[in-house]
Amino acid sequence: MSPRARALRWAIPLAVVPVLVLLAYGFRTDPREIPSPLLGKPAAPFTLTTFEGKPISLESLRGRVVVVNFWASWCIPACYDEAPSLERAWQAYRDRGVMLVGVNIQDKEEPAKQFLARFGHTFPNAPDPVGRVSVDYGVYGVPETFFIDRRGRVRFKQVGAVTDEIMRVQIDKLLGEPA
Amino acid sequence: MTPELGYAATVAALVLAVYGAGAAAWSAVKGRADLQASSERAAVGVWLLITACMLLLVYAFLTFDFSVSYVASNTNRGTPFYYRITALWGALEGSIILWAWMLALYTLIVVARYRRTQPQLYPWVLAVMLGVSSFFLLVMTIPAPPFERLSPIPPDGRGLNPLLEDSGMITHPVALYLGFTGFSVPFAFAMAALIIGRTGDEWITITRRWTIVAWYFLSLGLLIGGWWSYHVLGWGGYWAWDPVENAAFMPWLTATAFLHSVMIQERRRMLKLWNLTLIILTFSLTLFGTFLTRSGIIGSVHAFSQGSVGQFFLAFLALVVLGAFSLLAWRLDRLRGQGELDSIVSRESAFLLNNLFLVAATFTVFFGTVFPLLSEAVKGTKVSVGAPFFNLVNIPIFLALLFLMGVGPLIAWRRASAENLRRNFLKPVAAGLVAAAVFRLLGVGNALVLLCLALVVFVAGTIALDFYRACRARRRTGEGWAEASWGLLLRQNRRYGGFVVHLGVLVIALGVAGSQAWSTQTEATLNRGDAVELAGYTIRFVGLEPSEESNHFKVTGTFAVTDHRGPVTVLTPAKKFYPQEQTPIAAVDYRLGFWEDLYLVLGDFARDGSHATIKIQVNRMVSWLWIGGLVLTLGAALAIAPEGRPARRPQRHEVPA
Repeated sequence: MSPRARALRWAIPLAVVPVLVLLAYGFRTDPREIPSPLLGKPAAPFTLTTFEGKPISLESLRGRVVVVNFWASWCIPACYDEAPSLERAWQAYRDRGVMLVGVNIQDKEEPAKQFLARFGHTFPNAPDPVGRVSVDYGVYGVPETFFIDRRGRVRFKQVGAVTDEIMRVQIDKLLGEPA
Repeated sequence: MTPELGYAATVAALVLAVYGAGAAAWSAVKGRADLQASSERAAVGVWLLITACMLLLVYAFLTFDFSVSYVASNTNRGTPFYYRITALWGALEGSIILWAWMLALYTLIVVARYRRTQPQLYPWVLAVMLGVSSFFLLVMTIPAPPFERLSPIPPDGRGLNPLLEDSGMITHPVALYLGFTGFSVPFAFAMAALIIGRTGDEWITITRRWTIVAWYFLSLGLLIGGWWSYHVLGWGGYWAWDPVENAAFMPWLTATAFLHSVMIQERRRMLKLWNLTLIILTFSLTLFGTFLTRSGIIGSVHAFSQGSVGQFFLAFLALVVLGAFSLLAWRLDRLRGQGELDSIVSRESAFLLNNLFLVAATFTVFFGTVFPLLSEAVKGTKVSVGAPFFNLVNIPIFLALLFLMGVGPLIAWRRASAENLRRNFLKPVAAGLVAAAVFRLLGVGNALVLLCLALVVFVAGTIALDFYRACRARRRTGEGWAEASWGLLLRQNRRYGGFVVHLGVLVIALGVAGSQAWSTQTEATLNRGDAVELAGYTIRFVGLEPSEESNHFKVTGTFAVTDHRGPVTVLTPAKKFYPQEQTPIAAVDYRLGFWEDLYLVLGDFARDGSHATIKIQVNRMVSWLWIGGLVLTLGAALAIAPEGRPARRPQRHEVPA
């Protein structure tokens, strides 16, 4: 067999390499990743009633760092994964003026209350009965968590479960900024 | 307990599969019968263990065992009984079990069937099949464990994706996966033939029938998928060129190419290299399909990004493609064809063109599917490729294929004489032209539709002519027409099974052309008691009715349909509100008909039921797709059946003179 034919025969397997490289490149991108248009913009105001019956509004929290977490009791496993981190962050930062608000969406009252009882959540949690707040915040799935600075602007959005690390880094950053 | 048992069974199956693959390969190298017997026992063990995994998971679903993460994610206490069983393949982890189980089943069939008859190929076939099984079991062990434990145990699960609560979802994945996994058998035989260097014709004969089996199931899977899309998704279409649909369509195209080119190899000993390439491509494309669906690299309505599964699939895909093509390159000098092309006007060249077009279609579909990725890699811009691109490039290709479908089966081998062409094609061509003229006079204006109609009549004409002549020949031996027809179908089932498949394709082509050209739709917001008209139907909005179902809340609209003759039917499209879904799910209602379907989708409505928006479609000839699909699968089943008269094989392609 001539050298040319020998070289040619290996061209067959080598021809597929670029395709494989292209597919591997795909892992570096996310076709659904569209940056939230809300970042840097004022957070949409809301007034809700917590499960305990107390009113809570974003307006009244102006000047404080606010974390808004959207969740549901059927959201398995992400909301279950992040629940302990939320309570820990609340315990760590509540005395430093940080407010954490849980917004329960597309859920029923009974399982939602069971969820809160199971994880012993002590921060305010409110149902969003007609889904208006989740629409205003462009919530695509649960959980999503929005970090709002003292001037009432959305500064960071976490899609999927938060961790202790994310809570600490994002809250510290906003607390470090002057009011 | 269930998670631990399931996990243990998975790991044991993985170990057995890896051992079995190694033992089978080693037995082939050393000729050790004891090792071969041991690898066969391993194959049986793998199947038993995966069966145990499936039963365990079904048990977990039936008993609402939410300690299994997969169960909690795919059912809740309201999920109806049947869907708690089919939820098994409602998401990635369970689909992989189903896949691995079918693969193990095919492996057992291979063991039972070829242990004695193919002593040389068989151990390598077993090694490859168990090797592929090992990969799927590895996926079940590391990136997508179906038995992952959920802690703490939630009081209720999330529930099945509502779109999957449909009878189509019971059968569609099963058929599709039987098709996908079925291609591993021809692939394994091709690899075995390359490894031992026996690239003669025996593997091709075995492979052909297995490819038809897989092709049959894949066709069925695609059709049921289209039906599901049509009656569940509520957009009134059956095919959207979505990446995931394309992923299932590509192996179908290459397998179709193989089923045709294999005839040239059997007959003329040509195209060995090409046939092996098609088998490798087909199997690789089934893996690529799964990779595409599960890696999340391409945006699709069906795609979900799921951890590291994509990386595993890509690594395995790379291994398969590089390994198989390297084997091919290594054996290249044994793959030279013995025959050569004598004339452009011959059956060989018709089949070659058919292959060229099918592979071109595969390539365009592949290109369109990965183009968004390419664009982002090269230019950094996000684009999406939609139906217009795929239709533009594929419609001419499919029309050309229709034409070849008429030419291929009847034109002479080697070199067609003018007499052969005149005898076989004069009448069908005339029929096609007359049909085009008649439809033009009847008012069909669309050139593509006219061309499609003419081609369909032409192909149907060639099939009818051939069948008529063959029957007439049999009648000379004293048989009646009915007896002669049955005899042909049953005795020459491979040839006439193929013709029945072709007829099915023709009916589908008419369905596609008709539904694209003649469907019509409108949308209207109606006050209660008001009516809207479309294509001779009057649709009156009667009212809205809320109801609480086991796992969702439902609002059903009632619409009374009349035409000029009087009442036709009452349709009740609904909207279903699942607590776990952001947007409500439309439940379409429809009345199917031979010529047209009436198809209603409920849109927005007032809470007090005073008015509602309704989308109405009159979809023409969509039923032809399902009818054609049925014909096609019957034809494929006929072609799979054991050959009626092997003794007279050499003459069976000839038309009696």
